[in-house]
Amino acid sequence: MKQFEALTRKKDSQPVRYLVVDDSVFARKSLAKMIESFGGQVAGEAGDGCTAITEYARIKPDIVLMDITMPQMEGIEAVERIVQEHPDARVVMVSSVGYQDNILAALQKGARHFVQKPVKPDALYEIIRYVLNDDGVTTPVAAGESSR
Amino acid sequence: MRMDLIQPFIGALDAVLAEMMKEPSKIADLTMEEEGYRRKGLAAVVMFKGQIEGRIVLDMDPSAATQVAGFLSGAEVDPSEPIVPEVVCELANMVIGNAVTQLNDRGFQFKVLPPAVLTEEQCAATGQDSEATILRFETPSGNVHLNIAMKYHARRASERTPVAVG
Repeated sequence: MKQFEALTRKKDSQPVRYLVVDDSVFARKSLAKMIESFGGQVAGEAGDGCTAITEYARIKPDIVLMDITMPQMEGIEAVERIVQEHPDARVVMVSSVGYQDNILAALQKGARHFVQKPVKPDALYEIIRYVLNDDGVTTPVAAGESSR
Repeated sequence: MRMDLIQPFIGALDAVLAEMMKEPSKIADLTMEEEGYRRKGLAAVVMFKGQIEGRIVLDMDPSAATQVAGFLSGAEVDPSEPIVPEVVCELANMVIGNAVTQLNDRGFQFKVLPPAVLTEEQCAATGQDSEATILRFETPSGNVHLNIAMKYHARRASERTPVAVG
């Protein structure tokens, strides 16, 4: 897999920590592989919205990648509850269902961005970089220097 | 069955296979069936509800599913590994997600349920009371079948259309 310019935290130069939420083990593995290519670290995983909420509180990740269609509690409700408890939470929705109502609902509940599956690593990297840079979490990587 | 509702599923499968297999694929067959579904390889089912109700079954030759699992995990994968049926579920999820996104943009409302591995016992019940369209895609790693059964609720859709008064 293509390697990207590592996104590191400005405060301690450590890798960005991710929480990956998807009911598909395969999807989580696939995202974990991309995160590795971004120089990040998977700090936690969850297979449903309820577990995502407890995992978020436990590991306090820099960013969450969240599926929408999941058993027990769907991603949009999980985002709402995470953002209510942690207003600075950064959640990027990653779902195969990309219609406008879904995207709007997620953004209204506090998600920062939306990526449609199948996920293209370049697109995901750019979105994560944008969200983290916007909050000053990472040191900006200049455009055109994202891959190596 | 309305082909204009089937077309987004064909386009979605074509796009997902191209992205996930990195191999060329082509439609080899399109058939209609009214009997219970007979699984051919590793299969996953996804149900959807709303103005259009039904389900899709994505059925992959084990060799094709193993190819995708191996490609995406960056290592050789044994066909017996549990990750292989997981791949079929996730691909089914992507196909239906992309298709309903297109249909939603045309005004249809949906609720998509999580995918599940389709067992032999579930197969017989899957195709009852519904006509299904079956597409067979050929890829260098094996066949991929997409079985689509859906009902369009015209009345339910028309209930949402504003009626001019006066």
